[in-house]
Amino acid sequence: MTVISPGFRGRPRTSGHRLPPGQYETRDFPVLSAGPTPRVAREDWEFTVTTETGDRYRWTWGDLLSLPAERFTVDLHCVTRWSKFGTSWEGVSLDVLLGTVQSASDYALVSAYGGYTTNLPLADLLNGQAWIAHRYEGADLPAEHGGPARLLVPHLYLWKSAKWVRGIELTARSEPGFWESVGYHDYGDPWREQRYQGD
Amino acid sequence: MTTDAGAPSYQDGNALAGPLSELFTVDLTTALTRCTGCGAAGPLAGLRVYAHAPGLVGRCPGCGQVVLRLVRGPRAAWLDLRGTVALRIPLGS
Ligand SMILES: [Zn+2]
Repeated sequence: MTVISPGFRGRPRTSGHRLPPGQYETRDFPVLSAGPTPRVAREDWEFTVTTETGDRYRWTWGDLLSLPAERFTVDLHCVTRWSKFGTSWEGVSLDVLLGTVQSASDYALVSAYGGYTTNLPLADLLNGQAWIAHRYEGADLPAEHGGPARLLVPHLYLWKSAKWVRGIELTARSEPGFWESVGYHDYGDPWREQRYQGD
Repeated sequence: MTTDAGAPSYQDGNALAGPLSELFTVDLTTALTRCTGCGAAGPLAGLRVYAHAPGLVGRCPGCGQVVLRLVRGPRAAWLDLRGTVALRIPLGS
């Protein structure tokens, strides 16, 4: 179902981008979803971080936009085997959001509007590796791609980059999320092809 | 795999027939399920199945709760039925 454009005049297919094992390049942006697309109004949107002691940090949409934003271009790798090169985003680094949070936890359970969850080590959300992204290719992020805002952790398979992100719970132990509890890998490194449990 | 604007992003539960037939000898799409969320009962074929995803997700048409999840890996399948109280599976006498 991938749309091929024979006359496409963009950059050559392999211009410096690398494909992880078992992946193919796509140029459209497939929409994957485990449920109906939540429609979250910006005035109702909030993002929270909850620590192991129950402390809760909260940001409104206005709070998010008042924080320093970064523009970044990354490759995306979906566990359903497509990769998309050179996607451009704007968002707030998790280093900024988590910088004020006091926690001794090593793991994060990310939750989204609509009920989706995914888990990853807290360290993978830090050091310039993860963002709350709210603009894609120069425009507001469309709802089907996770708008108003989604998590983006591009060094892991895309199911970790929760669309419609709503909050992060910091936990002492790794707690499996939506796909991790039905066979998908706890970590999901595309370069080590960690698709399923046991990979 | 772009989604057409306005087109439903789910299929009906008959989309489960093929994947489940690999695991069970009876046709489970006619089995009656009761949603743990809202209590509504109906055949698995009545679920809303989201298939453009890393696995199949069957949701209750009444309340949207996840009733069934099925993931097929190369060496194993994972089936989660925690969203149904029980399945009534019709059998021949
Ligand atoms: Zn229900």
